[in-house]
Parts: sequence; structure tokens; C-alpha cells
Amino acid sequence: MEKRSRSFYALAAFFGLFLVFLYGPTLTIGMLSFQGSQGGLTFPMRGVSLHWFRDLFEQQAVGDIWGSFFRSLTLGLMVMVTTVIVSVMGGLAFRKRFAGSGVIFYLIITSLVIPSILVSLGVGLIFSQAGLSVHWSTSGYGSQLTWTLPFGLLIMFAVFNRFDKSYEEAARDQGANSWQTIRYVVLPIIAPMLIGVALFGFTLSYDEFARTLLTAGSYNTLPLEIYGMTTNVTTPVIFALGTLTTLFSFVVIGVFLSIVLVMNKRRSRHGSDAGKGMV
Amino acid sequence: MTDQSHLFIQSNAISTDQKKSKRTFHWGRLPDNTTGWLLSLPLAFVLFFFLVLPIAMIVVVSFWGATEFSIYPAFQFENYEFLLTSPVTYQVFWNTIKYALVTWVLTLGIGFTVAYFLAFHVRSLTWQVVLFLLCTIPFWTSNIIRMISWIPFLGRNGIANSTLISMGVIDEPLEWLLFSDFSVILAFVHLYTLFMVVPIFNTMMRIDKSLIEAASDNGASGFQTLTNVIIPLTKPGIMIGSIFVITLVMGDFITVRFMSGSQKANVGRLISNDISLLQYPSAAATAVILLITVLLVISVLLRFVDIRKEL
Repeated sequence: MEKRSRSFYALAAFFGLFLVFLYGPTLTIGMLSFQGSQGGLTFPMRGVSLHWFRDLFEQQAVGDIWGSFFRSLTLGLMVMVTTVIVSVMGGLAFRKRFAGSGVIFYLIITSLVIPSILVSLGVGLIFSQAGLSVHWSTSGYGSQLTWTLPFGLLIMFAVFNRFDKSYEEAARDQGANSWQTIRYVVLPIIAPMLIGVALFGFTLSYDEFARTLLTAGSYNTLPLEIYGMTTNVTTPVIFALGTLTTLFSFVVIGVFLSIVLVMNKRRSRHGSDAGKGMV
Repeated sequence: MTDQSHLFIQSNAISTDQKKSKRTFHWGRLPDNTTGWLLSLPLAFVLFFFLVLPIAMIVVVSFWGATEFSIYPAFQFENYEFLLTSPVTYQVFWNTIKYALVTWVLTLGIGFTVAYFLAFHVRSLTWQVVLFLLCTIPFWTSNIIRMISWIPFLGRNGIANSTLISMGVIDEPLEWLLFSDFSVILAFVHLYTLFMVVPIFNTMMRIDKSLIEAASDNGASGFQTLTNVIIPLTKPGIMIGSIFVITLVMGDFITVRFMSGSQKANVGRLISNDISLLQYPSAAATAVILLITVLLVISVLLRFVDIRKEL
């Protein structure tokens, strides 16, 4: 192996600094959330305690955190399932050009680049003028889909672009109808990527702020609740909350990534059964 | 995402082939359209009700009038007139563009360097994947928490100030670290650099390594290879990253509000202030102007690269 050049070490150092920049602040509030009960928003630590975490579990102290957490969780799961299903269908549709596909493609791009507050404002206005009341599970849900669907679809476009069509031909040659081909051939092959789409769907919804601002109604989602706290809470309890929800995100990301890893491992272990006399 | 236009080219090619070979057979196109429509029906439904209709609604409401408590249908240009004759508007738009430009330059510099390191200097694929994931994980966590986490660093008695004082670099705490343009841009760079890293890394990974070898065989130095081979070939990734960063920064209101302690303004804040005062028609007019600006910027960016072909 050829020797590492000097630029490698310079770039590696730069990359290291970038990671510190990326994770440093999060780790800092992680530490500060264990601040003693007299401590403030910055160092020095005045003792080490679980005081601020305990505060979070006493509901009256800091608003309806657990209610908003469960709303965000439910909404995240709703958005996740919808994103996966709609993206797969959209991905399948876009394998062939059809009348109107160009328009839909540009709408997807628009959905991605439009300032979030416009979606929030527009959906809010429609609901209020139609005499409907906004609610996180209706208007909030739809608004979040305009953010998660473009990501899901672009992933599916990339997936189907690399998809080897001969698998489908083989299935059809053996007499599978089109539903069977999709159910037993296409979906299992793209399954790991679907987990990726699900990860995007859930986390982007769980953390979404701007698109839910005017569309969530009187019951806050967690990011809205946290934002409300920033204006009137001046104790490390907000760090404790930040640490917990970031940990939750890490767990979710970890679970999704492990599923992908296990799927891929399994696949490479079992490999093909061609030539083994399987029917 | 970068494969999208291949898809189009591919499917384009297929459908023209089909047209040629099946010119006499007219049924051929119908099933394609029908299945396409049926499969994209849920997608079209969501996009219509939560994207097209809201935009249309904003455009309509931007001509409405407002009292202190309610809005009423009308067709007047007052909102636009007020907006376009107020010096505040131009100042705020200029501020928005300034944030976008500075953030763009910084995220491009950092993002390109990081992606370049990952793609060309990390040798094993496993490490590339691991380090790449480390760069993308924060994307799946909360932006608001990531903004809050700068407070202990930048505050008057924060880590930055106390470190600098103990090192003897400064005597008085720096006041401009938090609640300033500096902290706003710092947060933007912190939040959005990975939108540069991901597409640039993605295009770099597809560069044929033999091109780099060919360059060095022909006597190009590392730097010449970078400027003459890698950067031109990475252009599509750079453009996609730029579109992400610029639109995110231009449409933002929450980062500016939070990181400037409500002392700085951009267009998004103008809109959100109007909303909180229930001045929806005025908010809608500002939103229309913002949308037009964003779309103009994107169309300029798209001039530098044929996104359907290059993606």
C-alpha cells in the first residue's frame, strides 16, 4: 500500500474538526443536563445530579412534554408508513414515463425547495377559510408529507434506476402475474432501501418544526413544545429534554441501521439457491 | 436522488423505442399511462392538496384585505404596494441574500473538503460508509435542539468566552458571539453543511478512479488533478448541494429568530411576524415575493448545469 501523503493528514485533521463541530455542542448539552440543582445554562457544573431529568417527569413543571412526545411519535409513525407506501408506488410509476409525469416530477422538486413556512401558511389558510380546525393528525400530517415524500421518492428513483429488470423478467417467465412479481421479487430485493425511506419518513416528521407551526392546532408536537420552552424556560431542564430526545433519535437511527445491516448480512449468508436443486 | 434524470432518459429511450416498434399498435401507450396514473395517484393527491392548493391560496390571499382581527376577500394591490415601497423590505431581502451567500460559501468549502477526504483519501469502503454515516446522523436529529446546544458555547459566560479569557486572548467577553449575524451563520453552517457533503460525496464516488490515475500519469500534481479533473466532474453534486443550502437558508425563519435573539430579520421572519399579528394577506404577499425570489435563484443555478442530464 502506498504511503499516506501529507495532504491526507491535513484533511483527516480537518475532518476530525468537522466532527467536533458537528457533535461538540450536542455532547456539551448532554453533559450540562446533569447540572446540579443550583447550576445554570453553562459551565461550571455545580455538582452532578439528575435533578433536571426528574423535573421532566413532573408534568406540571414544564408543560405537556409527554403528551407532545406521544403525539410526535404517533405522527412520525403515520408519516413513516405513508411515506414508504406512497414512495414505492411513485417509484414504480416513474419507471415508465406517463402523461403528466414531468409535472409531478417538478412538483416533487418544488415541494423540496419551497420555504417550509409557505406550506404552513397556505395549509393553515385553507383550513381556516374552509371552516375546518387544524389538527396535527390532519393538516399537520399532510404538511409534513410534503417534506418527507420528496426524500422518499428520490431514494426510490435511485433504487429503481439501479434495479436489474431481468429479475422481473425471470419471474414473469415462470408465470408470476404482475402483483406476484412485485410482492415476491421486487419488494424483497428493495427491502433494505425501504428501511432507509422509513428512517427518513419517521425522523424528518419527528423533528419537523416549520411545516407544523401553523398546522398542528392546539395540541403541540414535541418540536413545537420545545420551541415554546426556549422562550420561557431558562434552566438546564431544556438541556435534559434535548438530551433525551436526541438519545431517542439516536436509538431510532440505530435500530433502523441495524435492521438494514442484518438484512444485508442475512442476504449475503443465504445467497443464491441456484443450482442447489431447490424448487 | 442523483439518479433521477437517468431514469427519465432511460424511460424516454424506452418509450421512443416502443413508439417506433409499435407505431401501428395504439393500445401500447394506454396501459402505461393508466398504471402510471394509478400508482402516482396518492402522490398526486398529497401534492395537490398540500402543495399546489396552499400555494394557490397564498397567491389569492395576498390580494385580500385585513382588519385587526380578520381578513376579508378583495382584489387589491395594497399589500404588494406597501411591501414594495417600504425600505424595510429591501433591507430584509438584502439580509436574507447575505445570509444565503455567506452560508453557501462556507458550507461549500467545508462540505467539499469533507466529501473529498471521504471519497479520495479514505481507502476502505467500510470506513467510508462509517464516516459518511457519522456526517449524516445529525440530519436525523432535531434542528431546534442543535440550535439550543450552541447557547452554552456562545453566551457571555459561555465556553468560548471563558476559554479565550483564560488563554489571555481577550480581556472582556465578546458580545457578538451570541445573538448576532455571527451566531446565525454559525448555526446555518452547523445545520446545513451535510446537505453539501451528501450530494458532493455521491458524485465523487462515481468518478472513475482511472481518470485520476490518468491525470497523475500525465504528470498532473495533486492540486492540478483536483482543479482540472475532480472539481469539473463534481459540478452536478455541487449544484444540488447549493440548491439545498440556498433554499433552506432563504426560507428559514426559526434559526434567524432563535440565534439572533430576535435582533436580526430575514424574509421568513417578516412572514412569521405578520402571521403572529394575524396579518395573513400581508404575510401572503411577502411569501409570494419570497417564493418568486427562491425560484429565480434556482433557475439561475440550473443554468449552470442541466440537472435532468447530469443528475
